Amino acid sequence: MPELSRRRALTAAAALTVTAGAAAAHGTTARAAADDDHGHHSSPDSFDEVYKGRRIQGRPASGGGHHHHGGPPVAVFVDGVELHVMQNADGTWISVVSHYDPVPTPRAAARAAVDELQGSPLLPFPATSATAATAVATAAAAN
Amino acid sequence: MTVRKNQASLTAGEKRRFVAALLELKRSGRYDAFVSTHNDFIVSDTDHGPRTGHRSPSFLPWHRRFLLEFERALQSVDASVALPYWDWTTDSSVRSSLWAPDFLGGSGRSRDGRVTDGPFAASTGNWPIAVRVDERTYLRRALGAGGLRLPTRADVESVLSMPTYDMPPWNSGSDGFRNHLEGWRGVNLHNRVHVWVGGHMATGASPNDPVFWLHHAYIDKLWSEWQRRHPGSGYLPATGTPDVVDLDETMRPWHDTTPAALLDHTPHYTFDA
Ligand SMILES: [Cu+2]
Ligand SMILES: [Cu+2]
Repeated sequence: MPELSRRRALTAAAALTVTAGAAAAHGTTARAAADDDHGHHSSPDSFDEVYKGRRIQGRPASGGGHHHHGGPPVAVFVDGVELHVMQNADGTWISVVSHYDPVPTPRAAARAAVDELQGSPLLPFPATSATAATAVATAAAAN
Repeated sequence: MTVRKNQASLTAGEKRRFVAALLELKRSGRYDAFVSTHNDFIVSDTDHGPRTGHRSPSFLPWHRRFLLEFERALQSVDASVALPYWDWTTDSSVRSSLWAPDFLGGSGRSRDGRVTDGPFAASTGNWPIAVRVDERTYLRRALGAGGLRLPTRADVESVLSMPTYDMPPWNSGSDGFRNHLEGWRGVNLHNRVHVWVGGHMATGASPNDPVFWLHHAYIDKLWSEWQRRHPGSGYLPATGTPDVVDLDETMRPWHDTTPAALLDHTPHYTFDA
């Protein structure tokens, strides 16, 4: 990337709010929680499998933290990073990387996300402005 | 007065100025604030909780206001620019001039979905994807992947014929015009177009692809066509609905405008046809 564009990318990154450290810590916490909970499958939506070389997991949402009123009953992870999923009124599911295309189960949403990601690591959610900063800086520096 | 035109009829100069204004908003950081706002709403709008931008009656007035804000931002760069709309019932091919290198650029390459031509290709250095959910920093598309077809004029007609704006439970399970236009139910118009474009357009951060604005400008036009066809039908619900924006309630994130104040687009812009 040319120097000028790189600076532009870094400027955009700097405008974003959550720090790289917070994002990384969030990812670590999500993985630890998933691992601690391994084997505890009280929900029909729970799963744990390797799909296309990546570990996808679904487990009952803790009720604390991210999932306030109206939140989904299950939390989904791709290689330990939480994927934001949502259940529709008719019982179907979507995720933030496939938001306009309902599928029948959280596992199907996780698989659709792996397909969509084409090997790319997921960034911890809340996505949007929260997580972009480091990766943009990294990508800009690498180019 | 702003006139929103069919993208297919834009002159070369109009395309050039629209693209230049987009690139300037991107460069200044203002563009990415719109992407963030959209993703914030899409992950927080839920069927059984508060819902404002999506899966609710205010889907249409919320996006009307969101596009107005964006159009004003473009006009602060170049006062001659208006948002064009994409009528995907007629421009339904990947060979449409919409996807030419002098406008939005084409589909992504198969290996990684990366758009490689046009003003928004990553190689230009002018369009870094900063607000996103994964590590990829380049604009992606997969136009018509898997053989998916865009909605037809007959699909649109079947939805425009629905006389009731929206119905309980005022979410993705509703019957009525709004939810059929949004696409959670029935022939599926708006949602299907997001999926057809693929890449960023299929995600919560869909405004990363500039075609987002042209798609929503056409959805907005279909709302006005529906109003003309059903002059006796109004926005619903009228009052007292938990978690849902009633006719005279203000909408987040602006807190200064109601669906009622946005029903008539003509104080802000008109269409070419
Ligand atoms: Cu939207
Ligand atoms: Cu949309």
